[in-house]
Amino acid sequence: MTRELIIIGGGINGLVAAAYLAKAGVKVLLLEARDVLGGLAGGVDPIPGYRCDVGGPDAGWLLPDIVADLQLDAAGLELVTPQACVCSPQEGGRALTLWADSARTAEEISRFSPEDAHRWPDFAAQIGRFAGLLEALYAVAPPQVPDPDGRDIGTLLRLGLRLRRLGRREMVEFLRVAPMSVAEWLDDWFKSDALKGALGAGGITRIFQGPRGAGTAFVFLHHQVGRPAGAARGAHYVRGGPGALAAILANVAQGYGAEIRTTAPVREIVVRDGKAIGVALETGEHLAARQVVSSADPRRTFSRMVDAGQLDPEFLWTVGNIKCRGAVATVHLAMSELPRLSGVTEEALGGAITIAPSLDYLEHAYDDAKYGAVSRLPFLEARIPTLLDPSLAPAGKHLVSVQLQYAPYRLRPGGWDDRAREEVANVAIETLSAYAPNVRGSVIGRHVVTPKDLEDRYGLTEGHAYHGELTLDQILFMRPVAGWARYRTPIEGLYLCGAGTHPGGGLAGAAGRNAAREMLRERRA
Amino acid sequence: MSIPSTWDVIVIGGGHNGLVTAAYLARAGKKVLVLERRYCVGGAAVTEEIFPGFKFSVFSYVVSLLRPEIIRDLDLPRHGLEILPLESTVTPLDNGDYLAGWGDPDKTRREIARHSLRDAEAMTEFGRLMHHMAQAVKPILGMVPPDPTSLSPRELTGLLRVGRHFKDLGAERFHALYKLMTMSSADYLDEWFETDGLKATKSASGIIGTFLGPRSPGTAYVLLHHYMGEIDGSFRAWGFAKGGTGAISESIAGAARRFGAEIRTDAGVSKVLVRRGGAAGVVLDNGDELRARVVVSSLDPHRTFLQLVGEDHLPDEFVGDIRRFKFRGSSGKVNLALGELPNFTCLPGVGPHLRGAISISPSIDYLERAYDDAKYGEFSKAPYMDVIIPSMIDPGMAPPGKHVMSIFVQYAPYHLNGGWTDAKREAFGDAVVDTLTRYAPNLKQAILHRQVVTPADIERTTGLTEGNIFQGELSLHQLFFLRPAPRWAQYRTPVRHLYQCGAGTHPGGGIMGASGRLAALRILGDGR
Amino acid sequence: MEGFAWRRWAGYTAASVYELTHEREYHAVRSSAALFDVTPLYKYLIRGRDAARLLDRVVTRDIAKCRVGQVLYTPWCDGRGKVIDDGTVSRLDETTFRMTAADPNIRWLQLNASGLECTIEDVSERIAALSLQGPLSRVILEHACEQDLAALKFFRLTTAKIAGVTVTISRTGYTGDLGYEVWVDAARALPVWDGLIAAGRHYGITPAGLLALDLVRNEAGLLLIDVDYISAHHALIESQTSTPYELSLGWTVALDKERFNGRDALVAEASRGPAWRFMGIEVDWDALERLYADVGLPPKLPTTAWRASVPLYVGGVQVGYATSGCWSPLLKRYIALAHLEGPYGQPDTVVEMEITVEHRRKRAGATVRALPFFNPPRKRA
Repeated sequence: MTRELIIIGGGINGLVAAAYLAKAGVKVLLLEARDVLGGLAGGVDPIPGYRCDVGGPDAGWLLPDIVADLQLDAAGLELVTPQACVCSPQEGGRALTLWADSARTAEEISRFSPEDAHRWPDFAAQIGRFAGLLEALYAVAPPQVPDPDGRDIGTLLRLGLRLRRLGRREMVEFLRVAPMSVAEWLDDWFKSDALKGALGAGGITRIFQGPRGAGTAFVFLHHQVGRPAGAARGAHYVRGGPGALAAILANVAQGYGAEIRTTAPVREIVVRDGKAIGVALETGEHLAARQVVSSADPRRTFSRMVDAGQLDPEFLWTVGNIKCRGAVATVHLAMSELPRLSGVTEEALGGAITIAPSLDYLEHAYDDAKYGAVSRLPFLEARIPTLLDPSLAPAGKHLVSVQLQYAPYRLRPGGWDDRAREEVANVAIETLSAYAPNVRGSVIGRHVVTPKDLEDRYGLTEGHAYHGELTLDQILFMRPVAGWARYRTPIEGLYLCGAGTHPGGGLAGAAGRNAAREMLRERRA
Repeated sequence: MSIPSTWDVIVIGGGHNGLVTAAYLARAGKKVLVLERRYCVGGAAVTEEIFPGFKFSVFSYVVSLLRPEIIRDLDLPRHGLEILPLESTVTPLDNGDYLAGWGDPDKTRREIARHSLRDAEAMTEFGRLMHHMAQAVKPILGMVPPDPTSLSPRELTGLLRVGRHFKDLGAERFHALYKLMTMSSADYLDEWFETDGLKATKSASGIIGTFLGPRSPGTAYVLLHHYMGEIDGSFRAWGFAKGGTGAISESIAGAARRFGAEIRTDAGVSKVLVRRGGAAGVVLDNGDELRARVVVSSLDPHRTFLQLVGEDHLPDEFVGDIRRFKFRGSSGKVNLALGELPNFTCLPGVGPHLRGAISISPSIDYLERAYDDAKYGEFSKAPYMDVIIPSMIDPGMAPPGKHVMSIFVQYAPYHLNGGWTDAKREAFGDAVVDTLTRYAPNLKQAILHRQVVTPADIERTTGLTEGNIFQGELSLHQLFFLRPAPRWAQYRTPVRHLYQCGAGTHPGGGIMGASGRLAALRILGDGR
Repeated sequence: MEGFAWRRWAGYTAASVYELTHEREYHAVRSSAALFDVTPLYKYLIRGRDAARLLDRVVTRDIAKCRVGQVLYTPWCDGRGKVIDDGTVSRLDETTFRMTAADPNIRWLQLNASGLECTIEDVSERIAALSLQGPLSRVILEHACEQDLAALKFFRLTTAKIAGVTVTISRTGYTGDLGYEVWVDAARALPVWDGLIAAGRHYGITPAGLLALDLVRNEAGLLLIDVDYISAHHALIESQTSTPYELSLGWTVALDKERFNGRDALVAEASRGPAWRFMGIEVDWDALERLYADVGLPPKLPTTAWRASVPLYVGGVQVGYATSGCWSPLLKRYIALAHLEGPYGQPDTVVEMEITVEHRRKRAGATVRALPFFNPPRKRA
């Protein structure tokens, strides 16, 4: 039997693509290698009694269109935006908290620098405008530069108008800022190290660069997309965690008629004469299909799943050059009590607890990683999902998910072994304890996911959660590789829909939706 | 009543760009006066006899990009310009071996193959790509940047020209160029090569004059500079001006004079005279007022606008833009008079390698660590160095049997922790000599004299703000229509009749002269 | 270094000629035997389970059909079907191949080897290649290795011992004549060379250089990279590249085998016909003589093969260009190798070739010929 379409991978992007295609009447079969759906949004119980999601509790921004198109509200989706965005403890017992409410943030900043507090509203407004521009760009397939087609010209004109509406000054400012380093950009605006550190952390999230790296201002803006006006950074939570989002999407997709199989790892995408004709599972089972969509990362898709003989060697070389240097280890901590930070309310712990006291701190953290070491003093983002949903842990206990950056995939010497894994957990605990001394004594369980683990267990090349770094050379019409930014591939009938495609990682389902829409457009044509 | 102008144009600053502007304007029949603060012309392109008998290109020391059309238009060889090729680049490696690029492509290929067969093969294809990229960039370098915010037909036409140019390149080359513009040189080279020393030496050219390391995005496109002149083959297409870089300045000055320009040295400008929103002339340090219909400044944007013009005459927004224009000088020079030639452990004795550059760039990590020191306000303990021995190429630079050595050193941050003092300068000089002595053990004892030039010295002597040799960093957000400020990237300024022609304008950087030429063409185009 | 005596070849300097003129060396190839040192060729040893798959992915010919002991001549292409290089592939055993190339190709082979189980080793420096060519080459070689070579067919190989050194002998060459190439460990190549020269002493053997080789390869219609075509990896613009069909190498393209680099483009080209053909040109003697007679001179003939781009016309319109040419002392014809636009690439088409006579450009009548110009039965016998 030849199926209409097979989707490889049941992460959020795969599920969103499945739901959109099924809704349009396509007979979809989705194959997930693991026994749970969600990919990094999938739940695990490595510490008995605690339920955590592999990639941490932040689901990423869900494009409002997806919620509306798939009627996720009716399916039980509840998005939660905590009031606290970032709580950044400082040496000497102070902490800077950034709130979703701009005025409240300004008040907070004034304790550090009245001058910065004064500039805050202008800054918040500017990032809101810039992020809005990106939001518009992220909702469509990337225009083909430098040779746009008719459709692109429409997109570009709309963007151009939007850009121009920003005003002459702001328009140039956007073009100037995007390729800058987040450090230089923030230096233009602010004086306070605490503020610049807390903000600058957003510019280095999951890339192998420090805040002085050019293009990190863009990364900052990328993570701003979808934030409430006036809010900087912060979290996008889903009631029940990202795993719940995956479950809802799966239900919706199945409701539209999609078939979903778990524990069905794909070994190979079968290609004959340059055309995808199905997949072969690890079990040896062959499933024929007219179209195949991979939500796996592009490097994995092409260098592991497709017979290299079917691809132009130059294309393979280009794909092999996609930078996806995993830089983050996640340390899930089971804790007997909440971290205690002096002068910080429980409300302030609701967002991300960020250890990024200054730009230099972040840059030093990167310095270690450049030479293959885990940062001695890493940048941390700790989130406490049990504040939102106490059922994730036994009564009175908490789960703290810590993202530790930089934990380089290519660890020297020796690579990632059990000792290195334990060591990275210790670094996380010690670093947190320097600000919240009770952490050290209240850890009752731990689970570490290193970049190597992400590669080995979740199939992410070099352990990069975004399927490729969001550097300037790997975004828009360059993602995943130049010339193939529209979800199609050199193999007829094979498509990509994962975070390795536009608009990339950190956004829940946007790539999956865009890919599905492109495929549907092609079917209509 | 207004005092009649004595001059059509006054050019402030006798650096190579100022001189190029003056020469082009004089050639077009304008009455031009160049005012230079120092006793000699050249700015950062000067040759000085620091120790009796030993001549040094004190600051800028090699030339690669001087636009051929300038050499032709101004007939510079007639005024003494002669550029001699640097034949090779040798990189001593940490394992005692070396890596060389020679003038002969076959010889280079065999040498690279000694380290990696794959890299030797990749060199050819990489060279071909760079050739295409250089072709793609050349028209941009020769173009007045259009203002993307303007709706005037002229600007829109300019933008369309840029758009069409990129479209004509074809998607493949455009994407390659885009990657080159946005990536770090280390990442870019990683796609092609595996030999660390090769990648390091190539990427060293990407960091020169910047406050960036080889792993910093934005450093890749400077790789192109190697290929602007030649298709491929030779490692680098650098040259050395006979008589030192001062000879280049002298030849341009000679051309300007022949076209009728007057050049005054020891004539520092303290102020640009602004009358009713327009430049009317300049005031000299000695208080003299000189009137001209047009004033052109070849100084960097800080000096021009914040010191000579003054904020009062400028829009606030523009002042803000100029203030945040980044300089951050990052390099220094050590000039040595030597009693004998250095003897490099990896290639002992006197050989052709001493007629080329010696690059102290054994690995990417080495360069990156050098950068790490500078990021936090220290000079590199083990710096990147580009060493040449001009007396091997041009015997006139030193007494017979003796030699001069020019060492370009990076990083030496302008904003040094605690500031630059005499003691710090000497410590910096020691770090340089000690590091180099590790590769050429006889060096220390061969030194007869030593001159150490820090970014603070560069600023003090040449006037370049923060000692930045490019009059402002060549980072993506300071290029093309953003150099030096949005809307004012076309050599004009918010002050009528005042133009800028220094390296702080597009395309900027290196002894290229393109800024000076484009500024002159713009002034003539404006009918001034 | 490059002068009459030496020529650059792949980063080496190779002998152009061993005497003051190359005449005797040339005639030895056609009448007795000449020994060439062709060691500067690039040589790769490809081994492993997937060695044949790798080669099938890279080259245009069908490697599956190459039996052990067989040698194939083949070009290889990039994804657009443009020729990167040409050379030979020898199957040494079931899973071992030796590939020769004019340019370095290790990076390209490695790029193509992703996902395959095989090793690629550059043995260019380790293995020397001596080419013994000419009608007496067999008898000389039989003396040298004390072995009957009658059974060794055209484009087959065998092992033997020369001067006590184990060698591989392939019946191949670049002369279009009876000839053999001897492959030997470079460190032991000198005794083999001496052994061959000694064995050929009574048969008129001579060492020969690149000038003689260039003449005979013109007669044999064998093309040369960087002269007759530009590698797709080195071409600066599209129009500098060529497909196998445009080089009249269509016979080497096995469209029926599974995917290989450039297949899609070549399938399309095969159905629509190539835009160019690579053909022989024979300059009409009378026309040439007339052009010279007009200025009072006898025809001036090139003594060595030339390598330049020479325009070809039909009715005043340029229809192609010759890239190599020479006076063939054996055939007594002025011949050239040329690219001709499709319709003009048929044998016997009458064209004109540009000839410079006493500083003035003239056009001499010429005729398109099938290649090779010289093809003695002994080559394959």
